[in-house]
Amino acid sequence: MSHDFQKDISGCGLAGIINKDGKRVSGSFMIKCMCLMNDRGNGLGAGFAAYGIYPEYKDLYAFHVMYDELGAQRDAEEYIKKNYHIEKKEPIPTAPVAGITISPMLWRYFVRPLSERSERETAGLQDDDFVVRTVMKINSEVDGAYVFSSGKNMGVFKGVGMPGEIARFFRIEEYEGYIWTGHTRFPTNTPGWWGGAHPFTLLDWSIVHNGEISSYGINKRYLEMYGYKLTLLTDTEVVAYLFDLLVRKHGLDVLTACTALAAPFWKRIDEMDENAKNTMAALRMVYGSALMNGPFSILFGHSRGLVGFNDRIKLRPLVAATKGKSVYMASEESAIREICPNPEKVWAPKAGEPVIVELES
Amino acid sequence: MFKSLAPPEFLAKIDQIKCIKCKRCIQNCGWSVYSWGGDKVLIDTYKCVNCLRCYHYCPEEAITIEDNPVRFRSNANWGFYNIRNIKRQAETGGIPLTGMGSDMPYPVIFDNLLLDACQVTNPSIDPLREPMELRTYLGNVIVQVASGRFGVNADYLNAGVAVEIKIGQGAKPGIGGHLPGEKIPLDIAKTRMIPVGTDALSPAPQHDIYSIEDLRQLIFAIKEATNYTKPVSVKIAAVHNVAAIASGIVRAGADIVYIDGFRGGTGAAPVIIRDHLGIPIEHALAAVDERLRQEGIRNEASIIAAGGIRSSADAAKAIALGADAIAIGTAALITMGCTVCGKCYTGNCSWGITTQRPELTVRLDPEVYAERLINMIHAWSHELKEILGALGVNAIESLRGSRERLRGVGLDNQTLDILGVKPTGR
Repeated sequence: MSHDFQKDISGCGLAGIINKDGKRVSGSFMIKCMCLMNDRGNGLGAGFAAYGIYPEYKDLYAFHVMYDELGAQRDAEEYIKKNYHIEKKEPIPTAPVAGITISPMLWRYFVRPLSERSERETAGLQDDDFVVRTVMKINSEVDGAYVFSSGKNMGVFKGVGMPGEIARFFRIEEYEGYIWTGHTRFPTNTPGWWGGAHPFTLLDWSIVHNGEISSYGINKRYLEMYGYKLTLLTDTEVVAYLFDLLVRKHGLDVLTACTALAAPFWKRIDEMDENAKNTMAALRMVYGSALMNGPFSILFGHSRGLVGFNDRIKLRPLVAATKGKSVYMASEESAIREICPNPEKVWAPKAGEPVIVELES
Repeated sequence: MFKSLAPPEFLAKIDQIKCIKCKRCIQNCGWSVYSWGGDKVLIDTYKCVNCLRCYHYCPEEAITIEDNPVRFRSNANWGFYNIRNIKRQAETGGIPLTGMGSDMPYPVIFDNLLLDACQVTNPSIDPLREPMELRTYLGNVIVQVASGRFGVNADYLNAGVAVEIKIGQGAKPGIGGHLPGEKIPLDIAKTRMIPVGTDALSPAPQHDIYSIEDLRQLIFAIKEATNYTKPVSVKIAAVHNVAAIASGIVRAGADIVYIDGFRGGTGAAPVIIRDHLGIPIEHALAAVDERLRQEGIRNEASIIAAGGIRSSADAAKAIALGADAIAIGTAALITMGCTVCGKCYTGNCSWGITTQRPELTVRLDPEVYAERLINMIHAWSHELKEILGALGVNAIESLRGSRERLRGVGLDNQTLDILGVKPTGR
């Protein structure tokens, strides 16, 4: 089965905002920004990620889970109860929206892994690793259950619809965050599935992505070697897990990870000074199978910052802008100007060169 | 003289009207098919191997070589070569030898695999206008430690960029190298450190490698001798349990596993071994790459695939199945005049390639043929770049192991499963 899958293909529009001073803003900004780019999606998937939205539970993992049926909820909750202390469990608040007639059951849980684990194989794992294991397990083994958000003090809201519809459905304007990302999707070959919308997350990494990773086949097999289970068959899942592997497991800083994933050309490496050349060559040799090839622009959010970056020859658009303590990134400049009419600086990041923004303090 | 009951394979013919009696054919044929009869060129067609040397050097195009239309009575079970080999064995009591890879009609899986191309959702990349990278990190001059250890010393080990321990060869898995005494004149005797004219028959196994732990010791002995500056490659023939064997080799500390498919070439091998032992490189490569991934050790060694790579398309498919690099032997010889006649073991190669007869070796001008080989490598590189561009990737490592970019046409489910490839249309 590992090779016999149908891959999901889509085009997209994306946007992100970060306030470097940590100031939280309402989701209404992001909604306005995304709605300007409606023609970059076709109504088969949209979503938002927000950081800083659960300050009262900031030390707990916030699981957002979608269920197709009650049996799936029962099975998933049985596993969660056995392994986690559940501080709070509630339906994710939603509002009726004309365009959205069917939706999965949507629940959120604020949890802490129990120190005594019921299964011996997971007993020695750090909390983060155990959460990753839990997400992989529920998503691949519990039919009809899907954990779509699992970080602390952050959350993802996504589904099948246009960005405006999804925003109203999840009452996005009621949340306040210091980092926001948004996404609208143009899938070309699969009926929309709520879990297939962006952002994709793991722990507090979140990814919105426009493009198709032409190296998906080898990236997937590379990740599988490290125990990642790629259940969604989309490029974006690969991006999220590659970041998790390089940054969290291998300890690379974000810039080095981006450099490995969208590596400079050998021609440029050959012109570098001896030290940089050796480092860069080693990075390419070690992470050749992680190189993300093909068109993409990506916004990668985490609790301390926001990163935007492009493929090696910039086959998909990405524009960035700054104003005061805020940094904006989007597929189109117009989307930025919609919420920030007079930015201090606007630029198109170069191919393969990441824009890395970190929180102050 | 005794006339063989094994009929000739080919008929060499000279159009006596066109022939200007220049005798170039007599000079050029390494097999002595032609001789001067006083008024015309005589032909001993039993000796002809269809290497086309005479044809190319005949200024009048007076020569034609045909498959001998005389065959034994047709029989679906007893083919021409089944009968012919028995007759040869009955006459000599020996093992019929051959050169080059097997010419038996086993399926060629490469011909049932098709590569992907980009349309709309991901753009193709134009290699004529955008950078396109083929650079791969492996050794490029590899010295070999075969079971005979002919000529192996510390200087030799340090001469290349890597050291290869040769366990087996695709064309003759399980048996040692055979270099007949006819092919051992002084210079060869010197490099091999043996007397002139002696057969250099390598033992079947390496006599200090009877187990995987012995291999580990040799690998580290070589690493010690080369101060850990040279990657160590282990070359094995593709055999049934190749995946488990390769896993052991990687765990024994090898930097490169070189897998040679059963269709790989040889200078001399028993026909019966070449045609009936081993497995195709496509299956072996897929199985090894998958096994190393399952065990989480694929990153610890590179894989070189060889044995039947005929074109850049075969190379691209091998890389997509999981090879870091491919190696060629026969294709390189073809650039130098080889016509894959399969008679390398005789030492009579009229193109001067697989011979040590000085009057024949002078025909192989290293300057000229080095350039032709380089031309071919350049041509394949350009083709590979076109393929990568169509696939929408601009670095070869993005194709490596990316079986998602392959589809099988006309392959059964089990074969697809082994290759890890979907059928066309899915």
